[in-house]
Amino acid sequence: MYKRETSLPTEAINILVSEQMSYKIEIEGLNAWFGNNHVLKDVNMKIKERAVTAIIGPSGCGKTTLIRCLNRMHELVAGARVSGKVLLDGENIYGNDIDPVTVRRRIGMVFQKPNPFPMMSIYDNVAAGLKLNGVNDKRRLDAAVEKSLRMAILWDEVKDDINKSGASLSGGQQQRLCIARALAVEPEVLLMDEPCSALDPAATTKIEGLIRTLSQDYTVVIVTHNMQQAARVSDFTAFLYLGELVEYGDTKSIFENPKNELTENYITGKFG
Amino acid sequence: MNRYITRRIKNRIMVSLTYLALVIALIPLISILIETMLRGVPAINLQFITERIPPLGQPGGGIGPAIQGTLIVVGIASLIGVPIGVLSGISLAEYPETKLALAARFLNDVSTNMPSIVIGIFGWTLIVVVTGWSVIAGAFALAIMMIPIVTRTTEEAVKLVPQSTREAAIALGVPRWKTTITVVLSSAKKGIITGILLSIARISGETAPLLLTILGSRFWFSGFTEPTAALPLAIFNFSKSPYSSIDWPRAWGASLILILMILGISVVVRYFTREKYV
Repeated sequence: MYKRETSLPTEAINILVSEQMSYKIEIEGLNAWFGNNHVLKDVNMKIKERAVTAIIGPSGCGKTTLIRCLNRMHELVAGARVSGKVLLDGENIYGNDIDPVTVRRRIGMVFQKPNPFPMMSIYDNVAAGLKLNGVNDKRRLDAAVEKSLRMAILWDEVKDDINKSGASLSGGQQQRLCIARALAVEPEVLLMDEPCSALDPAATTKIEGLIRTLSQDYTVVIVTHNMQQAARVSDFTAFLYLGELVEYGDTKSIFENPKNELTENYITGKFG
Repeated sequence: MNRYITRRIKNRIMVSLTYLALVIALIPLISILIETMLRGVPAINLQFITERIPPLGQPGGGIGPAIQGTLIVVGIASLIGVPIGVLSGISLAEYPETKLALAARFLNDVSTNMPSIVIGIFGWTLIVVVTGWSVIAGAFALAIMMIPIVTRTTEEAVKLVPQSTREAAIALGVPRWKTTITVVLSSAKKGIITGILLSIARISGETAPLLLTILGSRFWFSGFTEPTAALPLAIFNFSKSPYSSIDWPRAWGASLILILMILGISVVVRYFTREKYV
C-alpha cells in the first residue's frame, strides 16, 4: 500500500499553506430552505481571495439565495432556514456566538435593483454605513465618501452635486452609488446580486470595468444570468442548477472545456 | 360605426355621473366653509381672541380661554398619544405576524370606531371620579382617541417602505432597530405626519369626551387638575344660548377659529417636517 511521506519539504508546506490561506470563504454542506422549499442542496465551494467568482445558472436555481447566505441576509425572510457552514477566514459565520451584524460589516452587498436611500443626499448615502455605525468625525466621513466615490468611478460625475438627492441620479449612477455605499464601510468581501440587470449596456460596461479593478483589493462574488458577463469579469465560475452546484472551476475552463454535460448545454444556450 | 356611437354615449353618461357625484359630495363641504366664513368673520376681532369668556347673553369679552384650553389639552393628548401611536404602529408593521400584533391590530380597529362619548365616560370613571374634572382627564380621553388613528396610519406608512431599502441598511451592518428608526422612519415620515395631523384635527373638534372630563369653564387655565375651557365646548355653550343675537355669532366665530387653528397646525407641522428631496 502507498505510504504517505510524513515530513514534506518546507517548500511544499509553504505552497500548501499559501494555497489554503488564499481562500476567503469556504462553504461546507450548505443547505437553504424557504418554508418547505429546499432551494440549496449541499453546496460545497471555496472562494478565492482577491478574485472575482461568478455564480451562473438558470432563473430559480438558487444563485441569489446562495450569496444571500454568505452575509446572513437569507435568514431575514420569514420562514427561511439555513444549515451547514460558511467559513470566513476560517471562522464559521453561522457559529452560535457570531452576531450577523458583524458579519455584514465585513461582507458588503450590492443588490439587483439600485436601492439608494431615497431621503438622503449622495453624500449621506455613501456615509450612511459609517454614520449609522457611530462614526461622526466629519473629516473621516469626507475622506471616506470621496475615496469610495472615486473607487466607484462616480466622483467626477457627482462631486459638484454631492448634496443632491441620491434618487436624482440615473440608474447606472445609482448602482455605482450603491457600490460606493458598500465600499465606504471597507468590507473584505463584496457580494453583487445581478448588479447590471437593470442597466443599459454603457452603464454595464462601466460597472464591469469597476468589478475588475475592485478585485485587486476585494474578494468579489457576483451572481449573473448573463454568461458573457461571467466570462468577461470573473476568474472563477460556479454553475448552479436546481439548487445544486454542478460545476466549479476557473472561468476559462468552464466556458471552453466544461466537464459536465449540463454545464455545456447551459453555456451553449441549449436551455436556460 | 353605430356601435361606436352608442359606446361613446355610454362613456359620456358615465363620466357625467361621476362628475355629478363629485359635485354633490362637495356641496355640503363648501357650504359649511362659506357659511362659517360669512358668519364667523364679523364676530372675530382682537378682543374676541384675547379676552375672557363672558356669561351667556352679556356683550363684550371673547374666547381666549377656550383657545388656550384647546391648545393645552390637545397638546398634552398629542404628547401622550403620538409616541405611543407611532411606536405601536412601527411594531405592527415590522413584526406583523406575532400573536400580540394580530390581537393589537384587531383591538385597534375596534377602538378607531369607538363612539367618543364612550371614551368620555371611560375617562370620567377612571380619572374624574378620583381627581375631579381636570385637564389631565381630558387629555387622557383625547389621547385614547388619538392612539388608534396614529397607530393605523403609521403601520400603513411603514409597510409602504420598500423591503429593498431595509435590506440596503441591514447589508451595511446596521442593526435592525437602528435601520428602523433611521432609514425606515425617514422614508415613512410623510405618511406618519399625515396620520398625526389627521388625528389632531379629529380630536381638536371632539366635544363629548371633553364635556365629561374637562367640563368647560369661562376662565383662564389654572392648573392641570382643574377644569378648563375648550373651543368645542364654547361653541356648544354659545349655540344653545337663548340670546341668539349675542351668542350665536360667537359660536360661528369660535368655529371659524377652530378650523383655522387646525389648518394652522397642519401648515406649521408640514413646514417644519418637509422633505429635503421630493
